[in-house]
Amino acid sequence: MKKYDVVTTISYPKKGAMGKTGSWRVFRPILDKTKCVKCLRCWIYCPEGTVIRNKDDTVDIDYEYCKGCGICANVCKVKAITMEREAMKK
Amino acid sequence: MTVMIDTGNYIAAKAAVMARPDVVAAYPITPQTTLVEGIANYVKTGEFKGDYICVESEHSAMSACIGASAAGVRTFTGTSSHGLLLMHEMLHWAALARLPIVMCNINRVVGPGWNIWTDENDPISQRDTGWIQFYCSSNQEIFDTVIQSFKLAENEKVLLPVMINYNAFILSHTSMPVYIPEQREVDDFLQKYKPQWKLDVNNPITFGNIILPADYEKIRKDMQNSQENAKKLIPEIAKEWKKKFGRYHGDLIEEYKCDGADHILLAMGAIGSESKVSINNLRKEGLKIGLARVRTFRPFPNEEILKLGKQADLIVIDRNISIGSEGALFSEVKASLYGKSDTKVHGFIAGLGGKDVTYNDIETICRKVVEGKAKDCEWYGFEGSGK
Repeated sequence: MKKYDVVTTISYPKKGAMGKTGSWRVFRPILDKTKCVKCLRCWIYCPEGTVIRNKDDTVDIDYEYCKGCGICANVCKVKAITMEREAMKK
Repeated sequence: MTVMIDTGNYIAAKAAVMARPDVVAAYPITPQTTLVEGIANYVKTGEFKGDYICVESEHSAMSACIGASAAGVRTFTGTSSHGLLLMHEMLHWAALARLPIVMCNINRVVGPGWNIWTDENDPISQRDTGWIQFYCSSNQEIFDTVIQSFKLAENEKVLLPVMINYNAFILSHTSMPVYIPEQREVDDFLQKYKPQWKLDVNNPITFGNIILPADYEKIRKDMQNSQENAKKLIPEIAKEWKKKFGRYHGDLIEEYKCDGADHILLAMGAIGSESKVSINNLRKEGLKIGLARVRTFRPFPNEEILKLGKQADLIVIDRNISIGSEGALFSEVKASLYGKSDTKVHGFIAGLGGKDVTYNDIETICRKVVEGKAKDCEWYGFEGSGK
């Protein structure tokens, strides 16, 4: 890391700079792969890059960083993604 | 070198353009208007080769300067009074992000009542934003301070924005002869700005992100250290300027006839230069009196004032009032002396709302103190109901 003469707030991009943001999630996106038509709208609209596009255009969700905003569920035309409240751990 | 006879604002425009900023973003406000008009005219003549951004408000002007400075280029702007106050949030931002923006602020009354004349409540209200603050007393000092301020702001031990204050109309719209150096001499004194970091699409970074309490504390402490560094650099830069151009306006303060003085007057801005006439007259009468014109309010010249306080009683004239307390310079002068000198300090509020403070007025103030008739703190020449 480059050293500067003064102290200020600069951050360099890296994965998980703010920690595992998946822990912020209240609602969890659940993907029903049998309904998915590979349109990739969820992959395009996810603001956090946590919808992973596979080689065959199927998608997976990275739950370590998904904050549960629900945009993917909202834009899905075939309702293949539903938002479900995270289970309370006993 | 040539001599240019012009107003403070047009002189500041000339200085700003000779410093070769890449970006000027400004919004006009009386009495700053002719400063930005002056720069706009240099766009027309081709002397200003940077980008001139016309914005819709002062908040946007400072935001545009922050963006430009963060992108790694030299940046200049100017404002006044309500314009400065509208910038307030972004003034903090510029200083905390350590962006070496240089700005002229033409000191004007804050309304209501609506008033375009001069007093210094506008910059005093921005005291704690982290900006370095100069107060000028002549058009020559404005020119020299603008160029010197870029060198100070961009120094890697400082990296803080600088505000150059001068009084509305008394300086901004009054013509005086000013020595203008050749462009190559200015280029030789002020090298191209080399940022330590910048916004760069090929090397992406985020500015001003979330940080935790312990790290935030480090940022504030480092700003404080940098202001302390500026205390050492301001005299060095002034000395270098004197060597190159033969002109010198003082360091953090300008001492005038302080040798052997048992009373020393402290004032800022145009009252500081008017006071020299008063000091000359009072010296002729046999009074042992001198002047210390405070050039920088931030960093504050604590050590210099303590030295004066060990030598003489002090008289402070404030063209501002921290409502509910007293004049800002008066307060800080006393704080510099606390526990180290028990010299007497008398404070006067004078010239608010642009009321004239002539050399006769300053002599009256000084005589009152020397004769032992002054209160600790009073309003000079107050014309109110007497309450």
